[in-house]
Amino acid sequence: MSEAKITKISLDKRKTTFQEVSCGFSKDEALKEAARCIQCKNAPCAKGCPAGIDVKEFIRLIKEEDYSGSIKKIKEANSLPGVCGRVCPQEEQCQVSCVFNKKGNPIQIGYLERFVADWEFRESAESKSHLLNTKPEGKNKKAIKVAVIGAGPAGLTCAADLIKEKFEVYLFEGLHKPGGVLVYGIPEFRLPKDVVDKEVESIKNLGVVVATDFLIGKTKTMEDLRREGFKAFFIAVGAGLPRFLGIPGENLNGVYSANEFLTRVNLMKAYRFPEYDTPVTVGSKVGVFGAGNVSFDCARCALRLGAKEVHIIYRRSEKEMPARIEEIENAHEEGVQFHLLTSPKEITSDGQGNVNGVVCVKNRLGEPDASGRRSPVPVEDSEFSIELDTAIVAIGTSVNPLLISTIKDLQFTKRGYIKVNEDYQTSIPDIFAGGDIVSGSATVISAIQQAKIAARAIKEYLLIKA
Amino acid sequence: MKILKSLVLTDIQDTRISEIEIEAGNIAVKAQPGQFVILMVNETGERIPLTIVSSDPKRGLLTLIFQEIGYSTKLLGTLKPGDSLYSLTGPLGHPTLLKNYGNVIIVGGGVGIAEILPVAKALKDYGNKIYSILGARTKELLILKDKIKNYSDELYLTTDDGSLGEKGFVSMVLERILKENSDFQWIYCVGPVSMMRVVSQITRPYQIKTTVCLNTIMLDGTGMCGSCRLTEAGKVKFCCVDGPEFDGHQVDFEELIQRQGRFISQEKQAMQKLQ
Repeated sequence: MSEAKITKISLDKRKTTFQEVSCGFSKDEALKEAARCIQCKNAPCAKGCPAGIDVKEFIRLIKEEDYSGSIKKIKEANSLPGVCGRVCPQEEQCQVSCVFNKKGNPIQIGYLERFVADWEFRESAESKSHLLNTKPEGKNKKAIKVAVIGAGPAGLTCAADLIKEKFEVYLFEGLHKPGGVLVYGIPEFRLPKDVVDKEVESIKNLGVVVATDFLIGKTKTMEDLRREGFKAFFIAVGAGLPRFLGIPGENLNGVYSANEFLTRVNLMKAYRFPEYDTPVTVGSKVGVFGAGNVSFDCARCALRLGAKEVHIIYRRSEKEMPARIEEIENAHEEGVQFHLLTSPKEITSDGQGNVNGVVCVKNRLGEPDASGRRSPVPVEDSEFSIELDTAIVAIGTSVNPLLISTIKDLQFTKRGYIKVNEDYQTSIPDIFAGGDIVSGSATVISAIQQAKIAARAIKEYLLIKA
Repeated sequence: MKILKSLVLTDIQDTRISEIEIEAGNIAVKAQPGQFVILMVNETGERIPLTIVSSDPKRGLLTLIFQEIGYSTKLLGTLKPGDSLYSLTGPLGHPTLLKNYGNVIIVGGGVGIAEILPVAKALKDYGNKIYSILGARTKELLILKDKIKNYSDELYLTTDDGSLGEKGFVSMVLERILKENSDFQWIYCVGPVSMMRVVSQITRPYQIKTTVCLNTIMLDGTGMCGSCRLTEAGKVKFCCVDGPEFDGHQVDFEELIQRQGRFISQEKQAMQKLQ
């Protein structure tokens, strides 16, 4: 049986609008794809899911056209299926272990997850209710307050898991909208904000109290929360501060960190300027330094904002690129130009304080470094220039001290992230932490995985203490 | 986030300075002199950083003063008592380091005078001897001079057009004071970037610690984006989490002035929405 093919919107639309690129499965396509699943006895797919979704069972329920049962099955393990169905690297997780993977056509588990998540969104919109998420019974509620700090994927997941255990859960978000990287970072064309809003709505519907504009460490401190009776904390504030290259010209006008560029475009909706008030400048030639998912998000946003040329400038080769294959393919299709084995040396000025280009040097690959990837070695006399109007630095983040510097006795790793044990408990017993503030920049799904382990540990910690 | 009071402090042809009082219980409890908030007028609005001019923790109120200079501040100026902001976060940034320095000069220019008010008040409480120099383009823009006077041992006023106080700039007065007597332990300055640059240049030879309060272009205001970055002592700093106060003798003002102009053409485009 051949696999169902995913359709994408036309290339013309992709270059001019922020509409979601992938159309996902129709009901027929989902049924066709689910029908291919042979329901292996040992279900290797489930072992590949960091969130622990019972993949085999949710696909079986799709086969039976029991979509409600299917989404319910997923949500037992994962509170963000509409998100994960879109942004998880399934090709490295559940789909790797699918028996069909050897033949190169694994069951497209991500698209099936997205299909049932979208099905629920549609159904609940039609019936104006949330079909599956109802508040846990009030009378069994434990009068124990837990504070989850940061409403990104880790925070949302931990809050949902703890409210299911009938704790009183408060989710604090510093920005004006919950979602973290899902709203400020990942662009609309890869993850529609409507999907994030609906996932957040359904978590709120479970009874989680979400407080936005609430910056723990500033608006209130952890000590204030302890005094107010909070018994456990989960810190999931993300990685934070953008890193810069440390090369000349980096503060010229027209040089953005990836976080600034994406926050302007996604959270503040600068792509709809002047309807929305926050501006962004792009020009016709854009260079992006780095080749992770964030770099590709910047590159593809820039194209949609009218850039004629977008250059990905990466110091290693395509094989070492940390981005998802699907995103690299999308960028190729959309005409992004790749400069591999290339490092920026200096961002140049037009004499008026604006970027006008970048001087680069070519590299060859040397010995593997600490990450196991072959490290770039500059080639002598290989300098060349690329003309640019905008330069975007997308080389990762370092730790934001805003909250964690206010917590006495909290211990950190050598790289400055929060130190945790295997339960994601920090050096302070009532404080747990997960996501990028623990691991450094990583994926949505690894944040979810950590949050789930932490939620279980928080539950045990609180029950033993009680 | 409800606005309780709004009033226009000054309204002359091209310049309007307004004051609003906002319900903000949690922020009012924590706010310290030198800190700021970020607010949004509505869902489509920009995130606007504004210094907290005063806070009343008991009543849970914040007072903000702003010049209606661009599209977003003009939009903020249209809000009436009873209206609510869409978003309000804070208090952000490090508070001013307050102590008994001894003899202090505080310099305020334009709407920056509002920002030195809470610092002046606190410095007085610490027993400092305060010389205040306030400057503006014309007399109507010399706001809050009576309030600042309450906390000042000496008060000097300047206007560019000579309509009030001495004709000229604050820098002129500062230079004269320091020539006569350089026994000052701290100089604090808030105003237009060009003024803060000149003040820092004047005080440099005297080696008197000079603190400037910067208002670079911010976005999230929580250290996440680096939009507000500047160079201090050769190092990149973020105004929102490392500041907003910096060492005037170490700030790269030229770069700062250049970065303030990042979105000038977009600002013009946005202003057309008001017509």
